[in-house]
Formats: sequence, C-alpha cells, structure tokens
Amino acid sequence: MTLQRLMDADPEIAEKLVSRRDAIARGASKSSSVAIGLAMGSVPLALAAVAKDVFAQGGLPSIVVDVLNFALTLEHLEAQFYVTGVGTTGLLSPETLPVFDQIRKHEVAHVAFLQQVLGSRAVARPSFDYSAGHGSGNGPFADVFSNERTFAAVAQTFEDTGVRAYKGQAANLMGDDGILEAALRIHSVEARHAAEVRRLRGQKSWISIDIPGALPAITQPTYDGEANRFHFVLARPVNSISMTEAFDEPLTKSQVMDIVAPFIAGA
Amino acid sequence: MESETSSIGRRGPGGQSRRDFFRTAAIAAGVGTPLILSGCHVIGAAGREKLDFGDDFGVLNYAYALETLEAQFYQQVVRTPPGNLKPGEFEILRDIGAHEVQHRRFFKRALGVLRAAIPEINLSSINFNSRDAVMAAARNFEDTGVAAYNGVGNRLRLAEFLTIAGKIVSVEARHAAAIRDMISPRSRAFAGDDVIDANGLDRAIKPREILSMVAPYFKTPLRIAGL
Repeated sequence: MTLQRLMDADPEIAEKLVSRRDAIARGASKSSSVAIGLAMGSVPLALAAVAKDVFAQGGLPSIVVDVLNFALTLEHLEAQFYVTGVGTTGLLSPETLPVFDQIRKHEVAHVAFLQQVLGSRAVARPSFDYSAGHGSGNGPFADVFSNERTFAAVAQTFEDTGVRAYKGQAANLMGDDGILEAALRIHSVEARHAAEVRRLRGQKSWISIDIPGALPAITQPTYDGEANRFHFVLARPVNSISMTEAFDEPLTKSQVMDIVAPFIAGA
Repeated sequence: MESETSSIGRRGPGGQSRRDFFRTAAIAAGVGTPLILSGCHVIGAAGREKLDFGDDFGVLNYAYALETLEAQFYQQVVRTPPGNLKPGEFEILRDIGAHEVQHRRFFKRALGVLRAAIPEINLSSINFNSRDAVMAAARNFEDTGVAAYNGVGNRLRLAEFLTIAGKIVSVEARHAAAIRDMISPRSRAFAGDDVIDANGLDRAIKPREILSMVAPYFKTPLRIAGL
C-alpha cells in the first residue's frame, strides 16, 4: 500500500516490482499471496498483499496510526449521526432523504475503510451526544433528531469541520504515499458533503470570510481562521471575499477535538 | 505507464532539511534566481517550457495550467451566460469563476519566475448558449480538478505546498457538488456513485491521464517531463 513502508520492510521491493518476472524467477516473494499477485501480473495486487503482510507485523508508523485514529473518531461521529438521522421516521423530508442517505453511505464506508487499514489498532467508537451537551442530551441541539433544520445545521458543522480536520493532517501522512492519497480522497468527499448540506440550508456551498451561516454561536470555532488571505510567502494576499472563499483552511487536531468535545459523551 | 517505483528515489529527506529546501526555494524564487538548488539537486529552472514533474514546482505548474483553463472557462460563461439559466445559477457560476481566478492568480504569483508558459486555451467545443452544455462542462472541469489534485498530492515534497493544494482541492470539490446539484437537484449526484467508490473515496487520477482528458482545451499540447 505504501512504498516507503514496503521499502522499510523489504529493501528489495522496488527492484522486484520493476521486474516482476525476475522476481518470480528468483523466488523473491516471501508469502504465497504476494506470489499469487506477482504470478497474475498484477503489481497492485502484489503491493496490496505485501502491504497486508506489513500490517500484520504492525508496520504502520505511530504518527500514521494516530492520524488515522483521529480520522476514525470523526468518521464514527458522522456515521452514527447519519445512520440515526436517516433511520428516524419522520425526521427527514423526502426531498432531503436521498442527500443524507448518500452521505450516510459514505461515512459508514469511511469507518469501515479506516478500520480495515488500522486493523487491531483501530480505536473503539465513543458514545456520542448529538445535542452537543457533553453527555447530558440537553445541549444547544437538543432537538437534533426531531427537527430537520437542527439536523441539517449539525450536519453542516460536522462536514465543514471534517474538511478542515483532514486538511490539517495531510502533511503528517507525507511519508506514506498510499495512505496520503486515500486521506485526500476522503477529504474531497467531505467537501462535497459540506457543499451539498450548505445548499440544502440555503447557504453558499463555500465559506465566506469566517461566517458560519445561520448557525448558533457554539459553531463559530468551526469557521475561525477561514478569513485567512495569506497562503504563501511569495503570493501577496488579495483583499476580497472571493479570496477567502477560494481557500479552505486547515484545523489542528486539538482545535478539532475542542470543536467535537461537546458531542462526545464518553469513550 | 507511470512506474510505481518512480516515487521511491524522489521523496526528499524530511524534517529540517525539508524546511531548508523550502526556504532556499522561496528566497531564490523571490530574487529571480534562475536555478534553484537544494544540495546538489536541481529543483527548478526559470522560463520553463514544460511541466516537469521531477519537482514540486512542476506539480504547481500543472495545477496552474488546470486553474488557468477553469478560470477562462468561467470568465467566458460570465461574459456570455446561457439565456436559460435558472434563478440564482448565474451568481453561483460567477462566484466559482472568481474562485478560479483567485487560484490562477495565486499560482502565478507563487511560482514567479518558475511559472511555465501555458498554451492558449481553446473552448470552442463548448456551446456557451446552452445551460446544459455549460453545466456539463463545469461539472467535468470540477470533477477533473478534484481528481487531479487528489492524484498528485503525494508527489509533493514540501508540506507547505501539500497544505496549499489541500486548501484549494476542497473548494474545487465544493464547486463540483454545487454544479452537480444544479444539474440534478436534491439527489445523490453531488457525490454520486460515478465519482465516489464503494470505500467512499473520491477519484484520484494521475497527471498523464488528466492531461489527455484536458488536451482538447489547449491549442498546443502541454509538454510534460519527469513522470
């Protein structure tokens, strides 16, 4: 799955993959699944098989495990939210149901995907309080599963936060090409979700300045910093609203954990 | 075919040396130094004719080329909008166009002397009088942009550049969802099964394939190296 890690596990892997016929001839593979992949002429299959061997040895670097478990926690938060919402009779109108059901499908898939990558090192799902009441069930979103507008409001903050959370972790995955690419591919799905939920709520699909958009004050930290117009030392900032819309901003792990803390009832 | 192994020797050292690399590059570009050196490794040259994926600036030039295409497309839409747009749609297309102009301007300024010459854009195959044609083209440009950034992120060596690419790609994904929702309102299309796989992953497409997808929109081919 990731060449850098494969290199660590097997310094000859590059050579083998460049010339897999030679590799087979030399009996290079150490496991039968790798041999099958190579024999079928499938480099990706062989790679996947080798990666699985590496996972089995607990080969994921701890920084990657930390990032993926952070992501998994957020995906659990989202998945459970949409599963509950879509499963609650009378909550969602026929007009919005297909949208939220599609999002549910993706978040559930993200949980399964991350669990598969993490294997035995995956964190357990915490218990959640979607009212944002720290477990009291009586937070500012107390009617989240009986009022569609509240449900959509919470959905928007989850998705906009998720986009910023993945963005903030990308650089921590740079040692791992395969996992970085997968994380980027989740990141853009979260952005599609965010855009659609915002449209459902009558908001622009992008974040203007750092305005939450018809959300309670508790959500402001999800949008703090989005007004940034300075992105690179060589590119002068442009003083316009479209500049703030054109760039989404990252959040650190601790900023994200502060944002989601009210939604977590217990580990 | 892009070799899976080509990335092995490419990835530079991390940590402090990566920051040195960034600083060296930034300072050199700022004073217009034609050649940028990091150790003994040439990473960029002025007046580039090609998108050279051998270094981060090649990746940024690739993004610059795609943003240039998108910006010109929306500028044309705003100049000559289809007569049958629905209420509110013009404003959305205008906003998106403004974002793409910001992206193009950003790369232009950030790349400075390392900016590649982008061939003239050719949008003559798009019927700008037709809402359906404009929306379909916009959807394709946005979906392609998302897949392009997703497919090239792991070529970047500098964390700063990866973060910038991340700041832009999520906005492209927002655009894609908005356009798709205008085409098929309140449906699953905003993140449809045609672009999102069973693991819930968006597309990631490598530069060579992306460049062949957008080739019809450039009057002369984008020349590439380093893949």
